[in-house]
Amino acid sequence: MVAAVRWAIAERQAFAVSGSGSKLGWGRPGEQTASLSLSALDGIDLYEPEELVLSARAGTKIAELEQRLAQHGQQLAFEPPDLGPLFGGAAGAGTLGGAIGCNLSGPRRIAAGAARDHVLGFSGVNGLAEPFKAGGRVVKNVTGFDLSKLLSGSFGTLAVMTQITLKVLPAPEEAQSILVFAAAANAAIEIMGAALRSPHELSGAAYLPARAAVRSRVAALAHGRSVVVLRLEGAAPSVAARRAALQDLLRGHGDIAELATPDSRVLWREIRDVTPFISDGMRAVWQVSVPPAAGATIVALASADDDVFFDWGGGRIWLASEHDVATTTIRIRAAVAAVGGHATLVRATDAVRRTVPVFQPPSRAEAVLIARLKDNFDPHRILNPGRMYEGL
Amino acid sequence: MRMPEPDAAVIARKDEIAQALSDLFRADEKAAVITDPVQLRAFECDGLSAYRMRPLCVVLPETTEQVARVLRHCHEHKIKVVARGSGTSLSGGALPLADAVVVGLSKFSRILDIDYANRVVVAQSGVTNLSISEAVAGEGFYYAPDPSSQIACSIGGNVAENSGGVHCLKYGLTTNNVLGVELVTIDGEIVRLGGRHLDAGGYDLLGLITGSEGLLGIVTEVTVRILRRPEVAEAALIGFPTAESAGACVAAIIGAGIIPAGMEMMDRPAIHATEAFVHAGYPLDAEALLIVELDGPAVEVAYLRERVAEIARSVGANSVQTSTSEAERLRFWAGRKAAFPAVGRLAPDYFCMDGTIPRAKLPFVLTRMSEMSAHYGLGVANVFHAGDGNLHPLIMYDVNKPGDLEKAEEFGADILRLCVEVGGVLTGEHGVGVEKRDLMGEMFTETDLDQQQRVKCAFDPDSLLNPGKVFPTLHRCVEQGRTHVHHGELPFAHLPRL
Repeated sequence: MVAAVRWAIAERQAFAVSGSGSKLGWGRPGEQTASLSLSALDGIDLYEPEELVLSARAGTKIAELEQRLAQHGQQLAFEPPDLGPLFGGAAGAGTLGGAIGCNLSGPRRIAAGAARDHVLGFSGVNGLAEPFKAGGRVVKNVTGFDLSKLLSGSFGTLAVMTQITLKVLPAPEEAQSILVFAAAANAAIEIMGAALRSPHELSGAAYLPARAAVRSRVAALAHGRSVVVLRLEGAAPSVAARRAALQDLLRGHGDIAELATPDSRVLWREIRDVTPFISDGMRAVWQVSVPPAAGATIVALASADDDVFFDWGGGRIWLASEHDVATTTIRIRAAVAAVGGHATLVRATDAVRRTVPVFQPPSRAEAVLIARLKDNFDPHRILNPGRMYEGL
Repeated sequence: MRMPEPDAAVIARKDEIAQALSDLFRADEKAAVITDPVQLRAFECDGLSAYRMRPLCVVLPETTEQVARVLRHCHEHKIKVVARGSGTSLSGGALPLADAVVVGLSKFSRILDIDYANRVVVAQSGVTNLSISEAVAGEGFYYAPDPSSQIACSIGGNVAENSGGVHCLKYGLTTNNVLGVELVTIDGEIVRLGGRHLDAGGYDLLGLITGSEGLLGIVTEVTVRILRRPEVAEAALIGFPTAESAGACVAAIIGAGIIPAGMEMMDRPAIHATEAFVHAGYPLDAEALLIVELDGPAVEVAYLRERVAEIARSVGANSVQTSTSEAERLRFWAGRKAAFPAVGRLAPDYFCMDGTIPRAKLPFVLTRMSEMSAHYGLGVANVFHAGDGNLHPLIMYDVNKPGDLEKAEEFGADILRLCVEVGGVLTGEHGVGVEKRDLMGEMFTETDLDQQQRVKCAFDPDSLLNPGKVFPTLHRCVEQGRTHVHHGELPFAHLPRL
């Protein structure tokens, strides 16, 4: 890796850095002249289940990690989405470096934290060809600046991570769901809010309007009614007790149904992977993060024929639209500005992503810091230049 | 402990500097500038009281805009700044410098908003950790990170140090519970990072600020997530004949897929010191004691209680005692929470160390520590966040005995080197500050430290914020970029503001 970056410095080349390339459609098309694939840099270097820690090379497939963890009843609690299919690729291709580089967090984000919260440390190479490490292999560590956070979600623009150490956690015995059939987005926000304010420890709260619900493979959703999905995970007796208590709490909000663990797992995987929007070809897709109670007001500003669904109790909105991407982005970001948050254009054509800012434009003061960080880690603009922001 | 050589020229202009700072405030503003030597004495040290220094002066602003004015002025005149919350740092993070202005956040004491709909609290940075939990207790909520200084420490200080507490095994550290901050940079820019929503859209500057020990900016406002208080919480006291069996119990509980709300260990000296002090009912025949707290729905706690007791017996526990009332649970914790003052009764002075190790190395590390204790002739008592491997050895010494302080410092450094040697780190939750600054090389190479300096240079190129902390040597910031951004100049100018 060091040699590759040295070569790029000497030859004035710029790399498109990738793992398996499953999410190359996310971000700006970039200004690279060469590519650097980490897919051959794979393998688990350390896994100690009783220490809840795992280190693997950046090119290791997430699917491989999940399989290995499952053998010991453990999991990646941040539930990384498999977004390959959303970009027209195969399922199961995503790598560890890709998941962390994009800070990919699934529905369990609300209970277990984001991808970045599970990174204990890493080794990498910056744009000056300097190999370095940060963090460690223990959960509690405040030794020096938290570079693991800075690198998570930086889309490979500051340094290339070669090895990543993660906190892993026990997988729950049971993962059941409660379905509340409720028509409108604002009612759904209220139901999810009430459930999340209860002591019943939800690990997922989503709302699928009829158009998204009908696309699920789960039979209970097939009749295409708008539905709130609430997930309860843990030991069997605990899940049973919370399921009953939650139903009591939500009685009167709509018809309630239960979803056993197998169907529940299928449905949450669909929510995690944005499956309702996969088959729409190249219809543009946005991910919006707002205060959860504001979810419905954002959706109220969408066009009637835009498709949406909510995750994170209303705090994450997935939106697909056929309308002009530039004007839709302006509309969404104006709505987000009113409540606080950010909107990312996750899927669009190369041409569109070249002109429409993919990531939420930073404030002036924040932009100064972002530019200086890029200058300090990758002054020659070798690592994914332009992938996040033009010129950086 | 060597601090950077103070700038004599700056010290000579002390009165002039204080006057210029006072002039930044209008008559109707209640910001204060303290120069009186007697009043300054209160700011001479933080929780690491072995080190003291009188600051140039202390400024106590009242608004974010005033903080911006002060920092802009200090930046223009190249005056160093040390930020201070409640001054409870155990690593010297708020230790003043003779040629630096202390900016105290004590007037930032208001909770600005309690938002149950989004389950967040917005507070000024000087608000104490505990008062956030108290403000939402009536509705059954709380703020999870609970450092033992929570009655006094400020939420802004928690952000600076990425503070933990006994419950972070299950609920995370400050960094996992903060959603947003308002930050003033050294050039006086006010930056809002995050908010009431989850996760950043670009670089995670919020995650970077958290735990940056006052080196990157001054936090004036913090937005935190609040959680619904669990239905039931109970604690079990488990006594063990050896430290090994206690360590095995911790590994077995986690290996069984159980993440307790808290899992604390104490060794024999700590058990005896605290029992004599607060009479918590600890088993005095035990070599090691575990406090395992379980919380959640009543059924779940009952279910896990049995499993934990079973595991404890299977690894050879002498006694298992479960709290049957809230009063008893609090009594079990009272000993652990009073461990520091309890040890304080055994010796005139003590150092509280803060390394983290992989849990499995605990018996080895405890054995090595007792060997070191014999070698230095200084007593040590151990309290330990066993669930996450965070050690707090308390080294007892007498500052009035010549050579004792130096011996204690050496002993402490040896313990931290040992932590790194077994795969752990120098500090789990107290921060590097001045205390562990010179040990950074034990864990990081020069190149590793350079990357952290790259961050420092992006935020504070003149190194005016909290110099002499965290990094053993100060690097000059070189201009790396071909598009170096000068302040005032707008990057991203070509981007439409959407």
